[in-house]
Amino acid sequence: MTTKLFGEPVRRREDARLVAGNGRYLDDLGAGALAVAFVRSPHAHARITGIDVDDAIDVEGLVAIYTWEDLPEGVREPLPLLIPHPALTHGRTAYCLAKDVVRHVGEPIVMVVATDRYVAEDVCERIQVSYEFLKPVVGLENAVEGPNLVHDDVPGNVGAHLVQEVAHRDGRATRDVIAAAPHTLTFRLDIERSACMPMEGKGVYARWDADDRSLRVYSSTQTSTSVRMAIAAKLGLPLPKVEVIAPDVGGGFGVKIVHPWPEEILVPWAARLLNREVKWTEDRREHFVSSAHERAQVQHVTVGFDDEGRVLGLDVEILHDHGAYTPYGIIVPIITSTQLLGPYKIGSYRVEFFSVYTNTVQVTPYRGAGRPQGVFCMERTMDKIAQYLGKDRTDVRAVNFIQPDEFPYDQQMIFQDGRPLIYDSGDYPESLRKLKDLIGWDDFPALQAEAAAEGRRIGIGVGCYVEGTGVGPYEGGHVQVTSDGRVHVSTGLTSQGQGHETVFAQIAATELGVPIEKVSVVTGDTRRFGYAVGTFASRAAVMSGNAIALACRKVKEKALQIAADALEADPADLEITDGMVHVVGAPSASIPLATVAVLSNPLRYAFDEEAKRATQFATGGSMEKPPVAEGQEPGLEGKDYYSPVRSTFASGMHAAIVETDPDTAEIRILRYAVVHDCGKMINPMLVEGQIHGGVAQGVGGALYEKMVYDEYGQLLNASFMDFLMPYVTEIPTIETDHLETPSPLNPLGIKGAGEAGVIPVSAVIAGAVEDAERIVIDKMPISPSDLYALRDSSRTSGAVSLLRNTQ
Amino acid sequence: MHDVTLIVNGVPRHARVPARRLLSDFLRHDLGLTGTHVGCEHGVCGACTVLLDGRPVRACLTFAASVAGHEVTTVEGLADGDRLSPVQRAFAECHGLQCGFCTPGFLTTVTAFLRENPAPADDEAIEAVAGNLCRCTGYQNIVKSVHRAAELMAEEGP
Repeated sequence: MTTKLFGEPVRRREDARLVAGNGRYLDDLGAGALAVAFVRSPHAHARITGIDVDDAIDVEGLVAIYTWEDLPEGVREPLPLLIPHPALTHGRTAYCLAKDVVRHVGEPIVMVVATDRYVAEDVCERIQVSYEFLKPVVGLENAVEGPNLVHDDVPGNVGAHLVQEVAHRDGRATRDVIAAAPHTLTFRLDIERSACMPMEGKGVYARWDADDRSLRVYSSTQTSTSVRMAIAAKLGLPLPKVEVIAPDVGGGFGVKIVHPWPEEILVPWAARLLNREVKWTEDRREHFVSSAHERAQVQHVTVGFDDEGRVLGLDVEILHDHGAYTPYGIIVPIITSTQLLGPYKIGSYRVEFFSVYTNTVQVTPYRGAGRPQGVFCMERTMDKIAQYLGKDRTDVRAVNFIQPDEFPYDQQMIFQDGRPLIYDSGDYPESLRKLKDLIGWDDFPALQAEAAAEGRRIGIGVGCYVEGTGVGPYEGGHVQVTSDGRVHVSTGLTSQGQGHETVFAQIAATELGVPIEKVSVVTGDTRRFGYAVGTFASRAAVMSGNAIALACRKVKEKALQIAADALEADPADLEITDGMVHVVGAPSASIPLATVAVLSNPLRYAFDEEAKRATQFATGGSMEKPPVAEGQEPGLEGKDYYSPVRSTFASGMHAAIVETDPDTAEIRILRYAVVHDCGKMINPMLVEGQIHGGVAQGVGGALYEKMVYDEYGQLLNASFMDFLMPYVTEIPTIETDHLETPSPLNPLGIKGAGEAGVIPVSAVIAGAVEDAERIVIDKMPISPSDLYALRDSSRTSGAVSLLRNTQ
Repeated sequence: MHDVTLIVNGVPRHARVPARRLLSDFLRHDLGLTGTHVGCEHGVCGACTVLLDGRPVRACLTFAASVAGHEVTTVEGLADGDRLSPVQRAFAECHGLQCGFCTPGFLTTVTAFLRENPAPADDEAIEAVAGNLCRCTGYQNIVKSVHRAAELMAEEGP
């Protein structure tokens, strides 16, 4: 087995336990723990006037009932606003348990602890909450135009307002540039709500050790380190007395980066108070109505362009629905605003967003995190320009591309990490060439004509994106080689199915020259690594991957020095292969890395045969120097951090061919092609897996998934029966091709890959349906009923021609 | 309360449970077999699929008391001792899982399917897993895993 594992499709090390049923997800832990259930608001907007528990207290198995009144200082304050921003002038967060007013269906009001979940839910049913109804605010335009307020002290329901403008290089404002442009188009775009919907909901399990006065918490989270700090702060515990572990996590997709969830504070609090193990496992309905959603925006766009289709000025006004609370700040609309620019040189750009409260579930990042909306805007704009000018849609994109020799390319905006939006590398013309080859773009018109002759409607769509990945501030890695030759790697960020145990082991095995079987990886366990940010924004491979590589390099340097002393060689002449340190070209002059680990730790006591070599009468060396050299530490281990100056920008392009049924308006994806560039790939099999999964979520968002709220703020489709997540029958075969443009920003040359698949799908499908139907598609998702209605309205309005419609 | 005895993965298992105890909760919480996962509790996602007398059923829509005396196979019962079954190996080999939460339901479903149809065509393989939700993989590698499992079973014989 070669030890050059970086870049190989190594099989996953997680799978042996997961396919055997030996994974340990949150609800698999804590057999016998007390169970928690919540009374949640059935109303979207109401004042709580009373809570009556009289009927509930006799239920056998009840342990405790808590309302906001019962919560101590620290726990009774509003939850933190995690990412403040100067433009978020009216940020509001929820309480762990509702204080006076509930602002969305599903908001927790009463916490019940009982011997099991069945009993806890029995108790919940017997608790009577009385309400005084307030007027609910539902729908973006109702929120900004209507008289009703979600929060009394937030006028117009506007939480944040931000204008960003990149003026033309001659100094003219965007609107002036557009006014003077040879051609302009103005239109409106709509994107509906969807949600992450991991197969495993959230969950928290806490154990208080009264003897040790310490707390251990397991949470199905994307950031155990930060949950730990939040719990310590809220409960007033010393940080070293709190440990948080993310066990196997059944998917995240963004919703589990939000923290602390009310339950992440309440469950540990109750565990300590009751001195009992306590667990809460979210059920599916709870996940629909009390976690988070994303995507919903209305965009008003004006674009000015020349005869070639070059964008001279782009003016975008965004209404962003952030639901009832803003715990995650305004990251989503900031990403929409900045990533909207994609792979293009836009002459001048003005973007303004209003981030708005409604009486619905809060909005926080879902895979793509605002990018799908931004890409939808830009790619619809490109399609409209092409249509207007009668040009090929890919030609219009190509004339706007940033060219390969223009990197680093400064978009002159501030990105979501608070740092300049400077693209590090990429090759967009080559990506487009590969994509057109893969889907057969140039041959499509003939195919379309053939299909039309048979009475079939088919269409093709294309979408391009640039994705800022690997945002800072940092991640760390710790690597320890023990005297049995095993390599123990840990990093603080968490895993939700990405295969980190595999890719980080590949990196460590490659860097250290050891068989991968010797390497074990631990993520998301604060007992092993306390400093981390979390897993989101396609950052884990970039951040922890590089940190682990750097830590390995430290370990290797130390190992070579110790081995050089033992072999009486120059460290520069040594290398490590298959766990043996040897002189380059002379494998016989060697010493096992395991022995180096023994020698790295000068011993007084021999605990086994191997250890004897490191004891005080066995080692040689100078009697004038201390056994542990100055500046060194015992043991063969190393820790390092990777903290990038700014994000690294992955990119890609998708194309799809769809068929629409002339009678039923059913939309079927016939082919789906992806060209993807995430720099150097650690494991191409896992990168492809990420793309497949992302595209599937994108297809869900384009054709099936939306959160249907009625005017009262009731979520009408809060179940898997009614919220249409795609099955295998809805997902096409995804054809992929790759480009590897290394990032110059990090030692491994990698970029993130986690979100890419989902980003352009709605734009691509909208373009393809438009091409098949010759009807403007400006609202996604699009169901067969939507398309049917669009056909009807376009017939009656006479707006059959795309040209007339966009003019 | 009801005394419920089932043959689970070939072994008689007993617990005293209320009539309303779901088979999924019975397996997970009363018997400690946590490999069967609960994704929706309303029979749509298929994560909780187990084999009841060899046929796939939703454990979250089945009362434990209603299947007393019957044979149940969970994901923990698919392997032959330490040797993973062809279906389990195929999923690992083809990257047919990511977070792994829905996987037990796919594995039990595919195991039953391949017993009936050991050499499925592509549309049959797709149809076989069309009642299970997965949010991670996009299904492509799951379908590949079904075919690979069929191959492995053919190579290895009954």
